[in-house]
Amino acid sequence: MNYFPDEVIEHIFDFISSHKDRNSISLVSKSWHKIERCSRKRVFIGNCYAINPERLIERFPSLRSLTLKGKPHFADFNLVPHEWGGFVHPWIVALAKARVGLQELRLKRMVVSDESLELLSRSFASFKSLVLVSCEGFTTDGLASVAANCRHLRELDLQENEIEDHRGQWLNCFPESSTALTSLNFSCLKGETNLAALERLVARSPNLESLKVNRAVPLDALTRLMSCAPQLVDLGVGSYENEPDQESFMKLMAAIKKCTELRSLSGFSEVAPLCLSAFYPICQNLTSLNLSYAAEIQGNHLIRFIQFCKRLQRLWILDSIGDKGLEVGASTCKELQELRVFPSDLHDEEDNDTAVTEIGLVAISAGCPKLHSILYFCKQMTNAALITVAKNCPNFIRFRLCILEPNKPDHTTSQSLDEGFGAIVQACKGLRRLSVSGLLTDKVFLYIGMYAEQLEMLSIAFAGDTDKGMLYVLNGCKKMRKLEIRDSPFGNAALLADVDKYRTMRSLWMSSCEVTLGGCKRLARNAPWLNVEIINENENNDLMERNEEDEREKVDRLYLYRTVVGARKDAPPCVTIL
Amino acid sequence: MFVEKMDEFVNLKATELRLGLPGTDNVCEQRVSCNSNSNKRALQPDAENEIESSTMKTPPRKAQIVGWPPVRSYRKNSIQTKKNESDGESQGIYVKVSMDGAPYLRKIDLSCYKGYSDLLKALELMFKFSVGEYSERDGYRGSDFVPTYEDKDGDWMLIGDVPWEMFESNCKRLRIMKGSEARCLGSGV
Repeated sequence: MNYFPDEVIEHIFDFISSHKDRNSISLVSKSWHKIERCSRKRVFIGNCYAINPERLIERFPSLRSLTLKGKPHFADFNLVPHEWGGFVHPWIVALAKARVGLQELRLKRMVVSDESLELLSRSFASFKSLVLVSCEGFTTDGLASVAANCRHLRELDLQENEIEDHRGQWLNCFPESSTALTSLNFSCLKGETNLAALERLVARSPNLESLKVNRAVPLDALTRLMSCAPQLVDLGVGSYENEPDQESFMKLMAAIKKCTELRSLSGFSEVAPLCLSAFYPICQNLTSLNLSYAAEIQGNHLIRFIQFCKRLQRLWILDSIGDKGLEVGASTCKELQELRVFPSDLHDEEDNDTAVTEIGLVAISAGCPKLHSILYFCKQMTNAALITVAKNCPNFIRFRLCILEPNKPDHTTSQSLDEGFGAIVQACKGLRRLSVSGLLTDKVFLYIGMYAEQLEMLSIAFAGDTDKGMLYVLNGCKKMRKLEIRDSPFGNAALLADVDKYRTMRSLWMSSCEVTLGGCKRLARNAPWLNVEIINENENNDLMERNEEDEREKVDRLYLYRTVVGARKDAPPCVTIL
Repeated sequence: MFVEKMDEFVNLKATELRLGLPGTDNVCEQRVSCNSNSNKRALQPDAENEIESSTMKTPPRKAQIVGWPPVRSYRKNSIQTKKNESDGESQGIYVKVSMDGAPYLRKIDLSCYKGYSDLLKALELMFKFSVGEYSERDGYRGSDFVPTYEDKDGDWMLIGDVPWEMFESNCKRLRIMKGSEARCLGSGV
């Protein structure tokens, strides 16, 4: 290979797109390293504090697409203070200063400001795509800058962000000359939008394939939008709690019928049953359906709908569908690959007989041979069911089971669920992501360590008995990248047993466990290439000034991650980096 | 003697200082922290509370654990807003309304109204009267009727002086005064 000119090698490398593969290539030789890094277009950074923007730019000067992730996963559940960090601004400043030809930016759990968005919109002439997932810190003013200044914008995708809605005219800010949009998602905006501006924008975007509107777009506007964009492949609708009148219904149905390319449907934060039925004509084409925000819709309406969806590959739904509904899904949706069943009753208040149980899970596993990803919230589970599921579906890549009540045992035998989860990890040799719940002892972790060879991410809550549990996992799972643990009795012995293990992992989260300040300090001393962050309730606790006795004090939240750039400078008072 | 002692005991319990809303027996929100081997005991406080409170009328809310169930805040918030909207009726702020000269009282739910004008319009319809014009200085002028309310301190206040939210939380009952008494109150005494 070294006899080929660089351009040829570079051309060959162009065919290699996966991050892992490109990382491997760069390790082969100095010359390959150089060719690879100079030609690399897409970079994925799973932890924005593992590296800094300057080093990134130095290594990959031809960067076009950057993905950054900020806060740890448990920030989704309010376990990380808002001010923790994950600011995108320094990245945008550095990229702008170095005149990187950035075209695409994808951010997850980061803090984005209007200032950042404004700078972004003015600094990269070829900017095409902005995807923000679970971010916060900006307003519709920032969106207005992006709309106004990014002349080649193709994609603006806002998923589940906290955006302050100034009810301004940001949609108006797309210039008349902007006709390149392929994807527009503003479903998470809470306020009203300028409907006329939206309709004009959609009308002049012939390449628009994905459109997801927010709750405030009424039915007649939706009908008009669909009528002028029958080419849509992916549609997110608004909120329609009132039944439409006859005329509106007919118009809606006519518009829907024309959308023969529609494959993905979402939105529906409220939907009257009649409205839902207007979509029946295109159900048979759907490969992806998200009805998980439609809290008021009764199970029987959901079941009617799903009966038409024979080609469904991805289904996100609420547990109001019930076991019966999942049985229907199992017999209808033979192509199903991914299922998420979310809880409609978060506080376990209602004596709800219609929620899903182990019966629904078994039914789905029996009926859908292609199922590889599942997220399942339920109130009860049994080992027998899990063992059956493991037999039916050995192809799971992601298996996340959340039994709502912590420590709940098998409800028929009162035993722990060790055997059930053990069966899952033993059968599913390709399992990469696992979340466990219910009553679990150290034994389940012995099984995980023994069998889950491909496991990269493990989430543990209210489980285990002793440090052995965590040690089984750390010693056994060679491919572990992200381990997150809460409310489990794992302490210093497990934390400190194999410090080098953390070189191979992206991060470790432990909250409400048994690790102490002393243990964390020792870890930090032995592993200077780790950032060991202690997150406290009160800002006023300056941990570094505490005396020896406090070393025995338990640490509320610990987050550690490997990094090549040392302790970050932007940590708030409630975070101490040891 | 024994009976007296029991009465004493019962009274003592009534005045016992506890965390939580009146009428419930357990703490509304607590972090379930974990000591070694106490994983399985983490929910015992719950069990105890359930036994204690089985004599209570309303079932107590189970102790809520921070960040559990693991549902994204975005999703939790959207379910919560919907729950609040639909639960509005059962959590209403019901107050009695009397009108001088009327044979019986009415009851209304303050949380149904967006503000004073909404409320007053509803009262006007209910009792077939009109309130006159409100000014901060002079109260209600131009009518024999003056809308008043009794606040938490037991004082009779003119409706409209304080912000709506403050009014909602302080109002115990309404009275539409009529005649000379009303004129006194209404004209900025």
